[in-house]
Amino acid sequence: MLQIKNLHVSIDGREILKGFSLEINKGEIHAIMGPNGTGKSTLGNVLAGKDGYEITSGEILFNGENLLELEAHERAQKGLFLAFQYPVEIPGVSNANFLKAAVNEQRKAMGLEPIAPGEFLKMMREKMELVEMKKDFISRSVNQGFSGGEKKRNEIFQMAMLNPQLAILDETDSGLDIDALRIVANGVNKLHTPENAFIVITHYQRLLDYIVPDFVHVMFDGKIVKTGDKNLALELEAKGYEQFELA
Amino acid sequence: MSNTQDDILEEVVNADYKYGFVTDIEQEFAPKGLSEDIVRFISAKKEEPEWMLEWRLKAFREWQKMTEPHWANVHFPKVDFQEIIYYAAPKVKPQLDSLDQVDPEILKTFEKLGISLDEQKRLSGVAMDVVFDSVSVKTTFQETLKEKGIIFCSMSDAIKNHGELVKKYIGTVVPQKDNFYAALNSAVFSDGSFCYIPKGVRCPMELSTYFRINSAGSGQFERTLLIADEGAYVSYLEGCTAPQRDENQLHAAVVELIAFDNAEIKYSTVQNWYPGNKDGVGGVYNFVTKRGMCKGNSSKISWTQVETGSAITWKYPSCILAGDNSIGEFYSVAVTNGFQQADTGTKMIHIGKNTKSRIVSKGISAGKSQNSYRGLVKIHKKAEGSRNFSQCDSLLMGDQCGAHTFPYLEVSNKTAKVEHEATTSKIGEDMLFYFQQRGIDEETAVAMIVNGFCKEVMDHLPMEFAVEAKKLLEVSLEGSVG
Repeated sequence: MLQIKNLHVSIDGREILKGFSLEINKGEIHAIMGPNGTGKSTLGNVLAGKDGYEITSGEILFNGENLLELEAHERAQKGLFLAFQYPVEIPGVSNANFLKAAVNEQRKAMGLEPIAPGEFLKMMREKMELVEMKKDFISRSVNQGFSGGEKKRNEIFQMAMLNPQLAILDETDSGLDIDALRIVANGVNKLHTPENAFIVITHYQRLLDYIVPDFVHVMFDGKIVKTGDKNLALELEAKGYEQFELA
Repeated sequence: MSNTQDDILEEVVNADYKYGFVTDIEQEFAPKGLSEDIVRFISAKKEEPEWMLEWRLKAFREWQKMTEPHWANVHFPKVDFQEIIYYAAPKVKPQLDSLDQVDPEILKTFEKLGISLDEQKRLSGVAMDVVFDSVSVKTTFQETLKEKGIIFCSMSDAIKNHGELVKKYIGTVVPQKDNFYAALNSAVFSDGSFCYIPKGVRCPMELSTYFRINSAGSGQFERTLLIADEGAYVSYLEGCTAPQRDENQLHAAVVELIAFDNAEIKYSTVQNWYPGNKDGVGGVYNFVTKRGMCKGNSSKISWTQVETGSAITWKYPSCILAGDNSIGEFYSVAVTNGFQQADTGTKMIHIGKNTKSRIVSKGISAGKSQNSYRGLVKIHKKAEGSRNFSQCDSLLMGDQCGAHTFPYLEVSNKTAKVEHEATTSKIGEDMLFYFQQRGIDEETAVAMIVNGFCKEVMDHLPMEFAVEAKKLLEVSLEGSVG
């Protein structure tokens, strides 16, 4: 589904990703772990198409298509989703309006008619249950006045509404208490099917108690330095990242 | 009649000589500049009664003593008032045979605004087919109003046919010497609208200048007077969303509203004058005095405005809440882009007991524009139990524009309650990326943010007007981010 080959990315002339490669197939969950400043969030942003990054070499194929040639909104319409580490607040735009626009843009890209209002409302109610959102959520402005936990739950809720093929969770666990963590992880597990895939970016092993990855990658200094199964995460928790520091 | 006219004509012609200006009454234009003779010339051209001329002359004399105000947060080259032509006969637009002859740029904007083909033809002066017979529409409209006893006509017609009403009320809300531009308007106003709703009558349709007979060429100094007698109701629409170009750079309109006991006036404006080119050259200066008087008890005046045009906007639709329990409202969206400058807001003057006012102002600044809110809430000594709520929100797009808020409060009664809230937000890259990551392109994202920001004001516009205004906002801000 996704192939990243020898990706080099710079910001303002400073190289952040230094030969990053990764292959992801349908149905897989990949965890990417590593200390601060190794380029984990950069990877998420580059995949999603955020401006301000210079791709100096390498390629990214998404279902065989050159991802780097697509605009950010086109990537999203093709089923790539980024759950933000810091979701922004959008005053004056209700969650319902925001998601209706998002769902309809996706449908338009697939050649479908806009969703019927009744059907949309039903879908919202169903997915809201998944992340235990309160009813007044629909009419509230996107993320405005939300607590940290609510914002992260909203990311998972949006993911549920858009049903992406590939979802990247960028430190979705950071700043969450144990209840919120359980709700978020539970949402992800329910959405996981043999047809989609997840990249879970995290600092800590904690989230991986709830979301069990097929692969764990250790990222260090802009590339993957070690790959293993879920036990690698436990090992990291015990020994820390120091073992990867370059001599 | 013709004798008086000749007398005036003679007087004008002779008097003009000493100022070195020769003209005859058949001429379509007055010479440049402003003098008492020009005021007389305008009044004579319009065949006005003596009292109207005297009224204009009084205004002119006041104007001569005044200087231009400079307190507004706007900057522009000094206007040379002697370089302006103050009277031109209403021009008949050249008739075009088809839309193909219209400037394609204008057509593109019409299309973006969703203006129907027939409407496009009307606005561009293309000959109309039989299906869209505007004359018959207008006639039916006028007949309905007549049945209800409603007077709705041009100011010139009102001066001729309803002189007693005009004489009684003109200048009672905005006196001739109110301010520099109001004085100028009072001296030289060209035309405008007059409306009178009799006691207990609820005007059955939205009144708009579009339906006013003889509406052609009301010009740069428009004067509007609207009176709602006891228990009457009227909703009035001014302006239109289609871009309006005008060769006259200076516009100084005056609008006066009067509401008697239990009457309600709802006045909605969409203003889209030419804002100048992308370098900020050539736009319209819009200096407007709008004021409503809640004269009667439990009367209500509500201003709603969507301002997107003009190079410079200087405008403060206000309410004088004289009657007990009267209500004043001001809902405003002011958009500035490019090099536009807007200094707009309202004044709520509480005089009667238990008067209430509500101010909701939304300013959107983009490009290199400057957008200022300026508002005064004044509670008089006797205004027991009065209430005001003000909300001023600013939305910034990009980092080269400015938003400013100047709220003034004068409270002289201890029982009054005044609240003011203000917010500033910015459409940043992160916000746009958030939309894009959900599959929504940048242009749609900006439109959604802006519409969300303005919703509370737009909800107060009459339905179809709101739909057009929403599109207008999108067009005005197109390409201003990124």
